Amino acid sequence: MNALLALPVALPLLAAALATVLYRSRPAQRVVAVAAVAASLGCAVALLVRVEADGVQSVQAGAWPAPIGITLVADLFSALMLVVSLATVLAVLVFAIGQPGVDRDQPVFHPVYLVLTAGVAQSLVTGDLFNLFVAYEVTLAASYVLITLGGARHQIRSGMTYVIINLVASTLFVIAIGWVYAATGTVNMADLAAKVGALPDGVRTALGLFLLLVFGIKAAIFPLFFWLPDSYPTARTPVTAVFAGLLTKVGVYSIVRTQTLLFPEHRPSTVLLVLAGLTMVVGVLGAIAQNDMKRILSFHIVSQIGYMILGLGLFTVAGVAGAVLFILHQIPVKTALFLTTGMVEESAGSTALDRVGGLIRRNPLAAWMFFLAAMSLAGIPPLSGFVGKFALVSAGIGAKEHLIVGVSLFVSLLTLFSMTKIWNGVFWGTAEDPALRLRSSPPGERLRTPVLMNVATVGLVLLTVAIGVFGGPLHELSVRAAQDLLEPTAYVAEVLGR
Amino acid sequence: MSVVPAAIVAGLVGLGVYLLLQRTLTRIVIGVAMLGHAANLLLLVAGGPPGRQPIVGRFTDADRAAGAVADPLPQALALTAIVISFGITAFLLALAYRSWVLHRDDEVEDDVEDRRIARLGERELGTLARWWRRR
Repeated sequence: MNALLALPVALPLLAAALATVLYRSRPAQRVVAVAAVAASLGCAVALLVRVEADGVQSVQAGAWPAPIGITLVADLFSALMLVVSLATVLAVLVFAIGQPGVDRDQPVFHPVYLVLTAGVAQSLVTGDLFNLFVAYEVTLAASYVLITLGGARHQIRSGMTYVIINLVASTLFVIAIGWVYAATGTVNMADLAAKVGALPDGVRTALGLFLLLVFGIKAAIFPLFFWLPDSYPTARTPVTAVFAGLLTKVGVYSIVRTQTLLFPEHRPSTVLLVLAGLTMVVGVLGAIAQNDMKRILSFHIVSQIGYMILGLGLFTVAGVAGAVLFILHQIPVKTALFLTTGMVEESAGSTALDRVGGLIRRNPLAAWMFFLAAMSLAGIPPLSGFVGKFALVSAGIGAKEHLIVGVSLFVSLLTLFSMTKIWNGVFWGTAEDPALRLRSSPPGERLRTPVLMNVATVGLVLLTVAIGVFGGPLHELSVRAAQDLLEPTAYVAEVLGR
Repeated sequence: MSVVPAAIVAGLVGLGVYLLLQRTLTRIVIGVAMLGHAANLLLLVAGGPPGRQPIVGRFTDADRAAGAVADPLPQALALTAIVISFGITAFLLALAYRSWVLHRDDEVEDDVEDRRIARLGERELGTLARWWRRR
């Protein structure tokens, strides 16, 4: 038995129940939430160490043997994802506690946030297609509540779009599971990997494309992304931050997992590469047109998803390793960018580029944290984005896919351009809207943000810097993870006990 | 596999998609429910032909191999999916009610910021067109 696998899911769920009981006392809820997420993070780190040393770990829920019961399984990719995701979840939780008004009047915030954490952890460690659906639903049900928390008019409007799109995606997921089960007689991923090879090519392609469609909606890849920039910016900033960092990446994780395990191609997939290119270009162009920090960053979520799909689409060890490294870099960076947005919002009162200005003198910490994260996003060396993009670009050149490499570099340039746009609008110049707090306070005075918000943001930015600094060892880990993904023999053997 | 359940699934999906494309939230909720029913029925159909007994314990392995026992797994999956869609439908109804409380209407509105930016684009195009005519 390997309890380390179950604890990152079980601890937040138990804590959610406890936090619900403690709904009268915000401090007690905070202690419970932080303790549970920190403990889960500890388990995830221990799990990573173990997987790194001993290979794939698995546990059968209720000791039912593999193809019948629910399997929890962690290979290097899931363990790495779990550690980075839970660290990000912890940072955002601390930020949310620090930001005034996020959890104060909302007794449900902490329980729901913990359920979200459990859902994300479960979707990363599950080895069962239907259990993945359940994990998604747990995550999404929590996210529905978080995105409409407060029930303001614009939240209800965009929340509806979000809920309905995700409901449709979930229904398609159930249909996909039905088809997979009808075709193969199993929903256990390791068992599927062994059985899917016997299917006729047409059936296999149909299943692969249908699963790509389902996860594509969750991950917001090119033709299926329109819901994201509309709904994400309307939630409270910590909520947007955790969604931006985790939810789409869990979708990408599922795409990588299912496409490599069930439908191994071992040659560049034109469909994925075309989708990757379009996702990058359309996302970044959308970002350039926007005029609000949150909305610009939301479009960048879409754009960066393209890079991950690019790495997967190459279907080489180097390509998938690049994708793994890029996902690991994106989770903290994207979240850190939204946390700095929260600091801007808190100190200036708005995130609209044409209303705010001159924050570099008024809140230098927010400015420099944004600078580091933004440069990392654009891929400026020596930050983490450079490491990830370098791995992807060299993999692309290695696979002789020069067109998509060119597109990705051009999109990097546009990313830098739109980060500069935010910098010019928010941190340089002067504030143009006299109604803002920025103007009503005396000009020389520093606009301070609460300590916990600063601590969380700085911590997350340091994590992204660390990913850049330890780029070499992390890339080696990613290469090993990619080898396991493309040759899942160890994974299948561990789960099925053969 | 018989055609009837497949046809019912197809009909439910068609109905669900049609209702989803409406603008009022109550119709969308019914549409989502239809889609959910279709998915659950599909799960059941995936379990094999109808008419077999669902209990595992009373049969020998030989019976099971001969297909005398219905596969219990899709039924368990369908039950889980039903419970989930029940919860989410309740949440959607709460959203619809909130929307009705806020503006006495359950129509889903457009993205305001998006329309503002689209207008900006139109204005720029207009300027360009005027400049072109003047030449």
